Amino acid sequence: MDLQRTKAIAKKEFKHLLRDYRMLAILILFPVFLLIIFGYAINFDVKNIKIAVYDRDHSSLSRKFINSLSGTENFDLEGYIFNDSDIKHVLDEKKAQCVIVIPDDFSENVYNNVPAKIQFLIDGVDGNTATIVQNYVNLAALNFNREITAEIFSAYGIKSSIPLELEPIFWFNPELSSTKFLLPGLIGMILVIVCVVSVSISLVREKERGTIEQINVSPIKSTELLLGKITPYVALALLNATMIIIAGYILFGIEVKGSFLLLFFSSLIFLFSAASIGIFISVISESMQVAFSLATALSLLPSVILSGFIFPIESMPWIIQVFTNITPVKFFIVILRAIILRGVGLEAFWEQVIYMLLFAIIILTLANLINIKKEKSA
Amino acid sequence: MNSIEVNNLTKKFGSFTAVDNVSFNVKKGEIFGFLGANGAGKSTTIRMLCAILEPTSGDAIVGRYSINKQPDQVKKNIGYMSQRFSLYNDLTVEENINFFGGVYGLEESEFEERKKWVLKIANLEGKEKTLTSSLPGGIKQRLALGTAVIHKPEIVFLDEPTSGVDPISRRRFWDLIHELSSEGITVLVTTHYLEEAEYCNNIILINRGKIIAQGTSDELKKNYIKNTILQIECDKVIEALEILEKQNFVNEVSIFGNSIHIVVNDNYKNEEQIRNLLEKNHSINVFRIDSIVPTLEDVFIHVLEEDKENGSSKN
Ligand SMILES: Nc1ncnc2c1ncn2[C@@H]1O[C@H](COP(=O)(O)OP(=O)(O)OP(=O)(O)O)[C@@H](O)[C@H]1O
Ligand SMILES: [Mg+2]
Repeated sequence: MDLQRTKAIAKKEFKHLLRDYRMLAILILFPVFLLIIFGYAINFDVKNIKIAVYDRDHSSLSRKFINSLSGTENFDLEGYIFNDSDIKHVLDEKKAQCVIVIPDDFSENVYNNVPAKIQFLIDGVDGNTATIVQNYVNLAALNFNREITAEIFSAYGIKSSIPLELEPIFWFNPELSSTKFLLPGLIGMILVIVCVVSVSISLVREKERGTIEQINVSPIKSTELLLGKITPYVALALLNATMIIIAGYILFGIEVKGSFLLLFFSSLIFLFSAASIGIFISVISESMQVAFSLATALSLLPSVILSGFIFPIESMPWIIQVFTNITPVKFFIVILRAIILRGVGLEAFWEQVIYMLLFAIIILTLANLINIKKEKSA
Repeated sequence: MNSIEVNNLTKKFGSFTAVDNVSFNVKKGEIFGFLGANGAGKSTTIRMLCAILEPTSGDAIVGRYSINKQPDQVKKNIGYMSQRFSLYNDLTVEENINFFGGVYGLEESEFEERKKWVLKIANLEGKEKTLTSSLPGGIKQRLALGTAVIHKPEIVFLDEPTSGVDPISRRRFWDLIHELSSEGITVLVTTHYLEEAEYCNNIILINRGKIIAQGTSDELKKNYIKNTILQIECDKVIEALEILEKQNFVNEVSIFGNSIHIVVNDNYKNEEQIRNLLEKNHSINVFRIDSIVPTLEDVFIHVLEEDKENGSSKN
């Protein structure tokens, strides 16, 4: 391993990257673009949420609560329900997105200063909308709380603490992913695309232009060449990751709870495994066009569909679960969720780190075998 | 002393034999010309000698090292300019030089000296910051040669270095090759231009992967063409060519500009024979008939014709 030669390659590659304004603009703007699209989808403003009410209390307080909801433009009261079995019908037939069940001891509890429970049954099929519905319901309940606390206080002279407690139940999708849970997947997806596409393109470009001959004839080793080649793109991907984390904080208020150092090193290992996919693609494709198509397909699709980014892996059929291992994003998401959201350390995800390293080793070995076979026949 | 010794080198691509049992030696400091038509196997041979393509069988010693057993040592001691353009167009002159200096691991002080030298031979002093893509072809070629030998190799392989370059630049490039050779560097060069072959100390002609002629320019002319060559200047050149082709005293005919070269055999008696044939029988005016010294082109047409006959009689 000769660092001078690796440095020469990395330096040259940085120059290519900085001089190719178009490519650079795409590589930097693309993540921002994705972030805005996803940010928009996540923050999608839902108005006129259809609600149905099962009021078992029939008190003035329960009517007051219902009015406080239907009085805003967020909710549309579709109608009343009078028995348990209708709840399912209403949700199944999409007559309402949310059913509110007010128990018969509701007002009694409030006046006795015992926490009163209201049940919200939300159609969780569209996880995203369900989250938003939940947020609106929470907000409405909070407002109502404040209102009646003041009211009860002035009317009865007693101080009521938390008269109302919400108990949302997700009817169809119990492990509903919240806004936060999408960000790690987004980071993984963006990094894998940037890294795989740029590494494979930069390697195939040398093949296509014939400059690889000049490198092959020099004493440089393939590990030195590859390490030098991936360095600028790994650095670029790290820059992208930083941008997304900052934007995640600004746009969604998501703070990194765990260690930045751990985040950095696990990202590095992840990018190494992503780069190995890029190297593999460069071995099997002869033109930049082929490499680009393969790279986008092999990085984008699995990282969206199979990584657990949007669809939970546990609920996939076992055969598909096996296939989820073709993307290192699967492991990286677990790590990111652990570091960013839970703030836990290596003990929570060392297995995933090993899987990512194994992934890289397997892919690089495969690439090497194919390369040797190609050279023999060429 | 031999700088390169090639022994029974063969390369097969599937069932197709691109290089067929080739053997030759190149002396130290020599300019060795490697000639052949498109697809003859020149590049394939060179790539094997540079240890970037594994031979199917055979071996070669390149600067004391075996291409099969010590490919890394071979690579350290050679320079190679591939047939396809070998510089990075989006980098500046200086960045290209820096890159190759780094890849060959030159020491700082040595590198500075070599960088000056490359800039000098490419005539690019003071133009270090120019983008390579904006350089004229001839200058690019010289810069490519400079970067290919930045590590002062003992042997240089140049694969069609002058293709697509204007004649004056080509001439300058060859001056540079002579300069390298005078410093004791062995140069193996392929070319399509036969007049360039005249600049080489030794020449090999390769066809369909096989060597079909070799020697110095003079040796080739002497050894391969035993029969007399006549140059005929006449009108209706094409018609005359067709007539001459059918005569039993003519072995080969070919057109050179507006004259015809024919190789005659023992059935040929004198000029009158030709004049009678063309002027009396076919009313073609003959202006001059000269016996000429063969050019390399005559030699190559001759040996290629022979090779074609051998090939077709075998098949
Ligand atoms: N990697 C390869 N796979 C299959 N066939 C190949 C390969 N490389 C070269 N060939 C074939 O081998 C033959 C010799 O090619 P080579 O490039 O050595 O010819 P050349 O003499 O350099 O020709 P040119 O003057 O066009 O450069 C050609 O027919 C070519 O198509
Ligand atoms: Mg060639």
